[in-house]
Amino acid sequence: MHLKNHKGLILLLFLLVIPLKIDSNYLYSTLVIIAIYSIVVQGLGILMGYAGQVSFGHAAFFGLGGYTAAILTTRFQWPTLLALLAAAILPGIIAAIIGRQTLKLRELYLALATLGFGILVHIIFNEGGELTGGPSGMSGIPNLTIGIISFDNDQKFYLLVWFMLLLILVGIYNLVHSRTGRALCSIRESEYAAENAGVDCARLKLQAFIFSALLAGLAGGLYAFYVSFISPSPFSFHTSVQFVLMAVIGGLGTFWGPLLGAVVVVSLNELLREIVPLLIPGAGGEYQIIIYGIILVGLMIFQPKGLSSIGRYFRLPLKKELKPEG
Amino acid sequence: MGEQLLQLLLTGLTLGSIYSIIALTLVTTFNVTGILNLAQGEFVVIGALIAVSLQGTGMPMAVVFLVSVILVGILGGLLERLTINRARGASSLGMLIITIGLSISLRGLALLIWGTDTYSLPAFSQGGSIMIGGAALNPQSIWIFALVAVTLAGLYGFFEHTFWGKAVKASVYNQTGARLQGINLNTISLLAFVSAGGLGAAAGVSIGPITMVTYDMGFMLGVKGFVAAAIGGLSNVGGAVIGGILLGILESFSSGLISSGLKDAISIIILLGVLLIRPEGIIGAIRERKI
Amino acid sequence: MKNMSKGLKRRLGLALLLVISLLISACSPTKEADVKSTTASANEPYKIGAVLDISGNSSSLGVPERDTLLMMVEKLNSEGGINGHPVDLTIMDNKSDETESVLAAKTLIEKGSLAILGASSSGTSMAMIKTVESEKVPMISLAAASSIVEPTSDRKWVFKTAQSDIVMISKIISYLKKNDLNKIAFLYMNNSYGDNGKKAITAAVKDSGISIVAEEKFDANDKDMTPQLSKVKASEAQVVIVWAIPPSASILTKNFKDVGLTIPLIHSHGVGNQKFIELAQGAADGTLLPIGKLSVAQQITDADPQKKVLESYIADYVKKYNSEPNSFGGYAWDAFNLLVSALEKAGPDREAIRGELEKTQGFVGISGVFNMSPEDHNGLKEDSAVLVKVDQGKWKLIE
Repeated sequence: MHLKNHKGLILLLFLLVIPLKIDSNYLYSTLVIIAIYSIVVQGLGILMGYAGQVSFGHAAFFGLGGYTAAILTTRFQWPTLLALLAAAILPGIIAAIIGRQTLKLRELYLALATLGFGILVHIIFNEGGELTGGPSGMSGIPNLTIGIISFDNDQKFYLLVWFMLLLILVGIYNLVHSRTGRALCSIRESEYAAENAGVDCARLKLQAFIFSALLAGLAGGLYAFYVSFISPSPFSFHTSVQFVLMAVIGGLGTFWGPLLGAVVVVSLNELLREIVPLLIPGAGGEYQIIIYGIILVGLMIFQPKGLSSIGRYFRLPLKKELKPEG
Repeated sequence: MGEQLLQLLLTGLTLGSIYSIIALTLVTTFNVTGILNLAQGEFVVIGALIAVSLQGTGMPMAVVFLVSVILVGILGGLLERLTINRARGASSLGMLIITIGLSISLRGLALLIWGTDTYSLPAFSQGGSIMIGGAALNPQSIWIFALVAVTLAGLYGFFEHTFWGKAVKASVYNQTGARLQGINLNTISLLAFVSAGGLGAAAGVSIGPITMVTYDMGFMLGVKGFVAAAIGGLSNVGGAVIGGILLGILESFSSGLISSGLKDAISIIILLGVLLIRPEGIIGAIRERKI
Repeated sequence: MKNMSKGLKRRLGLALLLVISLLISACSPTKEADVKSTTASANEPYKIGAVLDISGNSSSLGVPERDTLLMMVEKLNSEGGINGHPVDLTIMDNKSDETESVLAAKTLIEKGSLAILGASSSGTSMAMIKTVESEKVPMISLAAASSIVEPTSDRKWVFKTAQSDIVMISKIISYLKKNDLNKIAFLYMNNSYGDNGKKAITAAVKDSGISIVAEEKFDANDKDMTPQLSKVKASEAQVVIVWAIPPSASILTKNFKDVGLTIPLIHSHGVGNQKFIELAQGAADGTLLPIGKLSVAQQITDADPQKKVLESYIADYVKKYNSEPNSFGGYAWDAFNLLVSALEKAGPDREAIRGELEKTQGFVGISGVFNMSPEDHNGLKEDSAVLVKVDQGKWKLIE
């Protein structure tokens, strides 16, 4: 790993410090939500974009992470950092258990199976009784504390999640450019050919699945600590779809795609909420929903490869480094 | 106990009739175009909502039914021309996302026009429930089954006895071959979405008296239909109907005998079992898309 | 990125800079506005915000609440506002989503809202609590769950206007005792509304001689509750209590008739609108429920302190929207007017507004007469509800 390969990331790190001069909790929380979603979508991006496997169940891993963190800290008084670790690991273990069978399925069948898994986990959150707080959820999740630093305000939390995201980006950058990354790409192109070239497809797909579950769980844990209240509703099928949309909108199999997808979807939502009432007085969410749907459809028709590919119009290297360097 | 079991069976049939008609419309479009239309539930809802508005003007129910079917059929065709048709090259995931986008917009549109109210539609026939051995059966479910039967017969007649039906079948088996025979795939895709809209509306108007109608119920109906279709085998219309009935009975018995909170979990576990053990569905044999 | 030229990298940097500066510019001016509003001059408008579930699952709550707020603010401003200050109300839609609720609350605080009304449902309200507590902004929720305002030690800034479930449950329990019904079947919707009802009734029947002999739930999306009712039929329940909202509550009522159950059916205040009766298509007749006084405003005695307030709200609402208001709109009415009366005394100061809200005594609203205290941030008692019966498609007061 050479430093010069990471200029984009270093630049990002630098740019992230700039907003610290701004005193706006709204900006921070929007950025926190973007980063949390983006962490999920990073993993999903590896699974969908590189290993070529779709999942409509990632809100379940996201939720498992959130509930793990919430339950361990409020019911069992675990230290928050340890709970956050567990929040990542538990979904990883579950992915390892269900992955091998599930990933044998293809395309729509895989989509269906992951969807089913997502619904099942959502039911468990609802039916968990005292443990999960049932449909009413659970509140009073403590602030995340690492060492002596308590992440008790938006600015600190913002720095924490973006720092984590940055680490993940560096990790993914190295992964994609490793032998494993090339093998993953080959699965996406043709599993049959990859198998013949000596790639253990089943194992790699499983690893990508576990990796994406770990990230989703980590993000879920962060979400629980950030909002300090958790209930089943943010982890429904709609959220799974939202994650897939972010991954696809950003551009599958691109390095910046997952981040871009999360930025665009969240900002678009916020932007529509601000703009629509200005254009149509008294308008509520219905117009936002319609416009959001239209933008989504338009994008898939005119930019089916995702927004990263728009970069080429401005000669931006957003779509670059898909091809592992030799 | 016997009476309770009979009641659960009859309730299961009522639910099953709803799921099977939605599964049927999903599978028909899927077979013809290869697209899993996640906006199908929205067609159902918009059909039912249009019927609610028309019925308010005092039209007879039969006319309401027809007008709603025609209008939503046109809507389906329009959407196909505006979106699906323009995204020919998209991957199956891309198509799926387009239909998700459509369903989001349609839901917003329904919210805009009809608001958040829940509406009811009158049953097709007067009179309360039919009593069978101390258990009640909703007569509307008989109408729904009749609609399912008519649709199945219609589909069979269409595919076996009309030129266009044969053309569609040919194109499903071999796209290039069909094109060489002068069959216009463009028109077939349009036709598929017009009928998806029309059938969806028919389903909506007929289930409305049981389910009531809210602008946002399409999504859940779509998912149930999707699960039913998968249990029966995604590529088999007969399987879709049987899958729907099975799902309904399963839900009814598990909520009546085991736990109402876990009934969806039980159906999903069955779904996962079917997918892992027999991905072609309990009915379908291993075949390519088949009508 | 090895073969990426320097120029490309610079452009990449510029793009990121652009994104971030856009985000900054979108948010920073609002902060200045905030500073200004706290040093208010003569007729500076008072900014207040509302986060409502206008679209999404709970939209049937959020829409009447929005309509009521729009009507109230228009009326207030045309009458000269609060001590000469017009009210500038910003309503945001959280799409019934908890995460969006948090973001909407932060936007409003950022824009200098003195207080936040909402959200409409329990989950979306709960999600905002951490934000308003740490930013020290008064919030008046329109949702029912008692956990929104309890424990008050952790909910210093949070108030709510809807009656807690326990208020309604006590009404039902006294009815059961009077009629000597002590074996109940409890059916509830599998969401936080039903769950809170279940918790409240489980706590209330303890040591009361009443026992729950059947307990069943159903999903908001369920289309047929016959399986659950067939279990009730097989039990020895003397009365069925249902905690749900339409349409599932209406479907259940239809099914109840269909399976031939003849024991009394008691619903919750969640069905307290005409829609429930309409959707049940005649099956609702004979159903009992506890409810706020809004639906039976004409039937309550003139001596009731709420009578005048209720009638004027109904008249205003019907005039503007040509339909009857419901209890959700009533929660918004109460929240808005509680805030207005606190603003009259406290002026544009969040801490002082909170203090005034907590001191509210004898405030006559739509949902009842509010008496807040540091231990009670709802302030409604059993007398805020009445028991009604559906009689030929109309609500009829029965006491």
